[in-house]
Amino acid sequence: MSLKSVKKAAMPDTQTFNGAEILIKTLADLDVDTIFGYPGGAVLPIYDSLFDNHDLKHVLIRHEQAGTHAADGYARATGKPGVVLATSGPGGTNTVTGIATAMMDSIPLVVLTGQVPTSVIGNDAFQEADIVGITRPITKQNYLVRDVNELEDVLREAFHIATNGRPGPVLVDLPKDMLNTTGNYKCNDKVDIPSFKPTLHGHQPQIAKAAKMLSEAKKPLIYVGGGAISGEAWKEVTAFAERLNVPVTTTLMGLGAFPESRPQSLGMLGMHGTWYANMAMTECDVLLAVGARFDDRVTGRLNGFSQKSRKIHIDIDPSCIGKNVDVEIPIVGDVKRVIPAIDKLAKPPEISEWWDTIHSWQKEHPLVVPRGDDKIYPQHMVKMISEVTGGNAIVVTDVGQHQMWAAQHYKFNHPRSWISSGGLGTMGYGFPAAMGAALACPDRDVVCITGDGGFQMSSYELATAVEYKIPVKIALMNNNCLGMVRQWQQLFYKNRTSYSVFGSNNPDFVKMAESYGAVGMRATNPEEMREVLNKAMKIKDAPVLMDFQVVETENCYPMVPSGAALDEMVESDEEANKG
Amino acid sequence: MSTTTIIKTPKHTLSVLVKHNLNTLSRIIGIFSAKGFELDSVTFASEAEPGMARLTITTRGDERTVEQINKHLHNVVDVLKVTNLTHKKCIERELAIVKVSTAKVGRPEIMLIAQAFKAKVIDITSDKLALEVTGNTDKVDAMIEVLRPYGIIAMSRTGSIALKREFQGAVNIN
Repeated sequence: MSLKSVKKAAMPDTQTFNGAEILIKTLADLDVDTIFGYPGGAVLPIYDSLFDNHDLKHVLIRHEQAGTHAADGYARATGKPGVVLATSGPGGTNTVTGIATAMMDSIPLVVLTGQVPTSVIGNDAFQEADIVGITRPITKQNYLVRDVNELEDVLREAFHIATNGRPGPVLVDLPKDMLNTTGNYKCNDKVDIPSFKPTLHGHQPQIAKAAKMLSEAKKPLIYVGGGAISGEAWKEVTAFAERLNVPVTTTLMGLGAFPESRPQSLGMLGMHGTWYANMAMTECDVLLAVGARFDDRVTGRLNGFSQKSRKIHIDIDPSCIGKNVDVEIPIVGDVKRVIPAIDKLAKPPEISEWWDTIHSWQKEHPLVVPRGDDKIYPQHMVKMISEVTGGNAIVVTDVGQHQMWAAQHYKFNHPRSWISSGGLGTMGYGFPAAMGAALACPDRDVVCITGDGGFQMSSYELATAVEYKIPVKIALMNNNCLGMVRQWQQLFYKNRTSYSVFGSNNPDFVKMAESYGAVGMRATNPEEMREVLNKAMKIKDAPVLMDFQVVETENCYPMVPSGAALDEMVESDEEANKG
Repeated sequence: MSTTTIIKTPKHTLSVLVKHNLNTLSRIIGIFSAKGFELDSVTFASEAEPGMARLTITTRGDERTVEQINKHLHNVVDVLKVTNLTHKKCIERELAIVKVSTAKVGRPEIMLIAQAFKAKVIDITSDKLALEVTGNTDKVDAMIEVLRPYGIIAMSRTGSIALKREFQGAVNIN
């Protein structure tokens, strides 16, 4: 017998393992280093395989929803797919909000759920839920794997679909008996899905038309969305906008795709965007939309939205183009490829007058940061975090006033450094997503700017953060109320603040942190705030909760009232009440 | 008097080639309910190629809506091809079985109508007839409207199935 044949006998191409082992092996093949999970009956075979596996880091979260958000935060910080493991029934249904959050923001996730044995599927067995049916509208694709011999291929397909084209969540449902059955592991890394071939290269004649239109523009504007982040096109977008010297505004999801330190940056646009970004959107004559979807929070009233502009729209998802706003030049493709192609053909337009107009807007209507000696204004809180971290932290938020203030006042200069639930607006997202980001990027500071409402929706994850020594800095903007709800009630419901004020019913957040073994600190004035922040940034082995007691009555401006056009912004309570 | 309402929104016929599985079928139907698109009829059956199936969907909407439907269908991972047959020369058929009362006018008059539509009589009782008709949707609609005053007891329609004609050009008379 030759040596070669001996080797072949010892290492056959196809090996047999049970489903749980095939799962773990395939995850390792796919470079998965971390999964967020919670055990239960249907996934016990997987947990048994994890027991003596030391290559794959399993983070035991305290609730599957938080686990899904943590995987989502991991994905947004790295661009790699986040992986979640949950048991059948309630385990799966608890992931639903997290999956919907990822779907709305195009975040690559692979959610693995246990399922009852195939023989009892449909029998209302204990902890049975039709999770494939439940998650169908909120996943890019989902699977029920009945045959163990299909498991490896399905998993590879799931990761391929989650990360290619417009990214999104994919769910794989794993019946318990399948996990226990022996099957083939082929270690076959080829994925070919004939029905899934995203268009990457833009149509050249359209690209040429777009370049010509931009070169001849008198008042151009580049409007950058989350597609520039998920398409990893920040360098291309920045180089392009700088060479053409064209103003750039980003959406909430696009923050960090273009550095706000550059003179071309107008900051964020939309409902709580800057005055000048919204005016530029209203007045521009050529609009280049880059991986953005003309969301209602961006456009305001549609028939008052950017009426004077000819529009170019680049997106990898054709269904985003022409959905809300008609465009003259649609370009389906990957922004990372399309932007350089336009860059090659475009000439810097003559727009010094346009810049003069924009500069005068910036002078007349800057973002305002109120400051007080003995009280903390929420805007000041964000400003100080931005200074203390040098604009280099990963900022993760919940949803509401604090989110908008963070988006407005933190100086974002780096991509994948702003993590926030934009589309679905999921409260409770911030803290677990921050944990995921911190685990993914141990060398970076992660600050979770959250509110007293949102934080209480996932505060139990303090236990996880303490257990794994995750040094998330929780900056709790504590105004003892659901600020954004209250703001809308003040402005649109005659100040009838129905069920939006917690008042003194909030817990003592410092004690709460301490009871979990985390560090808790409180500040009630700017001086204390700086001290607390400086102390917190030095802590590298535990989560820190900073209870910043801010001015409770402050509201978030500028604001485009709902139903108004972008240029119908109000800048203060007085102005809003007049309207 | 006919009670038919005239539908002004243009009708569209889409032929969708998909991988044969129920998850795909559910995803496609789900798009229509989730996005608020109209769905007049849908047929789903195996294709000649193993593992594949074809849906024929008839829907209504302006060009923009139909373009969105088209794009959303394309986004379903297991959809291979979407063809809008609306502006193409196509072969379209629908089958209907209509049970109609013969109590008012007697059998011969109903059978005369059936003959005019080339419908077959497939069941007879003392006071009812069951007719089978095939044709495009307009023809089936027309026969149903003619029969309606006599009393339609029950009916079952398959919805449209359609394929593109191979010959799409105009005939050169010279």
